[in-house]
Amino acid sequence: MSWLRWALLAAVFAGLGLFAWQLSREKDEFVHSTMIGKPIPPFDLPAAVADRPGLSSRDLADGRPKLLNVFASWCVPCAAEAPNLARLEASGAEIVAVAIRDRPEDVAAFLERYGNPFTRIGKDDISAVQLSIGSSGVPETFVIDGKGVIRHQHIGDIRDGDVPVLLEKLREAGA
Amino acid sequence: MIAEFGLAALWLAAALAGLQLLGGFAGLRPGGERLAALVRPAAVLQALLCALAFVALLWLFARTDLSVALVAKNSHSMKPLIFKLSGAWGNHEGSMLLWVSVMALAGGLIALIERRLPERTMLATLGAQAFVGLGFYAFLLVSSNPFERLPQPPAEGLGLNPLLQDIGLAMHPPTLYFGYVGLSVAFSFAVGALLTRQVTPEFAKVMRPWILGAWIFLTLGITAGSYWAYYELGWGGWWFWDPVENASLMPWLAATALLHSASVLAARDALRTWTILLGVVAFSMSMVGTFLVRSGILTSVHAFAVDPERGAFILALLAIYIGGALVLFTLRAGTIAEGERFAMLSREGALVVNNVALSAILGIVLLGTLYPLLTEAFDVRVSVGPPYFNPVGAIFFLPMLVVLAIGPLLRWRRDSFERVQKPVVAIAVVALAVLAGVHFIAGVALLPLLGMALAAAVAVGSVMPLAGRSLRRLPLAVWGMVIAHFGVAVALFGMAADTAFQQERLVAARIGETITDGPWTITLAAVEPVAGPNWTALEARLEASYKGGEVQLARPQARSFWTPPQETSEVALLTRWNGQLYAALGGEAEGERWQLRLWWKPFVTWIWYGGILIGLGGLLALIGRVASDLRRRSARAQIAVRRGEVAA
Repeated sequence: MSWLRWALLAAVFAGLGLFAWQLSREKDEFVHSTMIGKPIPPFDLPAAVADRPGLSSRDLADGRPKLLNVFASWCVPCAAEAPNLARLEASGAEIVAVAIRDRPEDVAAFLERYGNPFTRIGKDDISAVQLSIGSSGVPETFVIDGKGVIRHQHIGDIRDGDVPVLLEKLREAGA
Repeated sequence: MIAEFGLAALWLAAALAGLQLLGGFAGLRPGGERLAALVRPAAVLQALLCALAFVALLWLFARTDLSVALVAKNSHSMKPLIFKLSGAWGNHEGSMLLWVSVMALAGGLIALIERRLPERTMLATLGAQAFVGLGFYAFLLVSSNPFERLPQPPAEGLGLNPLLQDIGLAMHPPTLYFGYVGLSVAFSFAVGALLTRQVTPEFAKVMRPWILGAWIFLTLGITAGSYWAYYELGWGGWWFWDPVENASLMPWLAATALLHSASVLAARDALRTWTILLGVVAFSMSMVGTFLVRSGILTSVHAFAVDPERGAFILALLAIYIGGALVLFTLRAGTIAEGERFAMLSREGALVVNNVALSAILGIVLLGTLYPLLTEAFDVRVSVGPPYFNPVGAIFFLPMLVVLAIGPLLRWRRDSFERVQKPVVAIAVVALAVLAGVHFIAGVALLPLLGMALAAAVAVGSVMPLAGRSLRRLPLAVWGMVIAHFGVAVALFGMAADTAFQQERLVAARIGETITDGPWTITLAAVEPVAGPNWTALEARLEASYKGGEVQLARPQARSFWTPPQETSEVALLTRWNGQLYAALGGEAEGERWQLRLWWKPFVTWIWYGGILIGLGGLLALIGRVASDLRRRSARAQIAVRRGEVAA
């Protein structure tokens, strides 16, 4: 039985080592999507507002890389990132969007106020598409390549420094 | 001056702990008697000094001495006195001082009265206690000095957060610390016995009151914590397998196993090394729990107490104490003589099953709690919840309950199936009757169904040891066992019944609308704004009637605090003997409707009644054990006096 005691001792020290290693590490509180590198699951969302068409997975596999913005009119950081979405659009990025748990009139008022950089906006009332692409909150921005494969996920609002990063990811996705 | 006085007392106490450590280990070698003679006085003096330091801190908080950093940060001159005092331990530094003080008091008490064990074992035990204490003194004096002064005292303190002015919250940390300190004493006894290889029934008897005391506090702490989460979080659940809940459950599981194995050692001189190992493990689990909560390496609701640097300090202590004790155990365990043997069908056999099951559940909970840390090492993020803990834990929990129902009926050493046949058949019939009855009447999922059947079996089995015995002459310890085991049945029945029969309604109701939830009819009479000292709330007036009976009012609130801004749900509970109606108010929905969550939770309160019964059983057993020790002590003293008279 003495090997059992040594095994116990080894297990305890392994556990302590694990604690020490975890303690010394930077804590990453974000939950990243497990869908990165995989094709986007099929979906077909109706239009969220009158002046833009809805969004389907086929639209995302039309050969051109795109940004997919997950947003909602009730989300404050979504309003905060609006100027940077405008800068991305001005730099030539094509941006499509999914509006989460929202009402058409609220979305329209939001876009009226903060600008509309989106070519298509799908209406996702039960977060079905959001969950299927591995997004856990709003706002999030995904880089999708021309074949409809998810290449990159940005969690949270887009800050000034994130704009060149996203443009670079978009360029890589197009290559 | 008071702060400096407190700090000086603390430094002196630390120095005495150093002396106690040296003396304790000098006593293990021949020629160390002179140093060893200082151990008991050092322990007593250390306890007095520590108590003085803690009283000094209380005094500073009572006077709201804002020149002390800790007081300025955590108190306020306008607080009621009771919350000023509880503010003394409602923070990291103060709570560490409380821990050290309770530990020193325990050590002083042992040094003063405990004379049953061989003196060498006692010295080693007190030495080990001083060793554990020194780590905490270092922590306090080096990195978390509670008596630090501010160069420029502020005009007013910062600590007027009314959210924390709650008597339950004020008592929560001390309850846990008493539990942890009790286990640290058991740990010291285990290390002492390992050092001198003196693992005897007497050792178990000396250790047992400390385990019992710790176990009572942990039991009540977990029960209260579960009820707090139930009514405060507003989610209707009473156990979430949150890392912090697990951190409190793991020492409890280990302490429960230790309590039972110490009983075997005390009564039968068996399970010697196993009891020692459990003594080490139980304290390890309280340290691991403290580490997980304070270091913040697991995400949890207790995130406010987090500090990675303190985490590193606790980890270092953990490694030294536990690593050291386990190395000692690994080297020494083989040299401790084997205890008495016993047949599998015996009281010992049943207690071994109890110990194996509890240890397995402990392992399952530990693995589930740490698994996310392990997978993160490979960049996989997971969270482990009820789908793992419930069924996997049940694999060991359910058989343990079967043994719990029968075990107390068995005789020590060896028993025969013929002798216990009748009661066992009776218990089995009760369990099967409940199983069949519930299954055919209600059609319930497997786990709660088994839970209810086993609750009935345990309830019947737990009172059987009373049969045929004079209730007046029954020792208190046996009463304690019966009541605690009956409490397990009560709590288990509450859990199973709530899981099986709870009825949830989630509605968007108009004013005047009537909703039925199980036997209740509930009318939403009004939703009105109300205001408190630092919050405003929407309060729903619900008129509820159970099976058409008298109308009772329930007033759930959705509260908004403004310093700091925070939304909380104040649930309304209507309690009957057979369950609770649980009502929570959500926000406003479209079309002048209000979101209401209503649960009818049959027998849910039995969970906490059961927990209180378990704690009460422990308390009776503790009183019984201590009282009989004192009787024996005075009898021995009388004999000694009589002998003296004869000799004279």
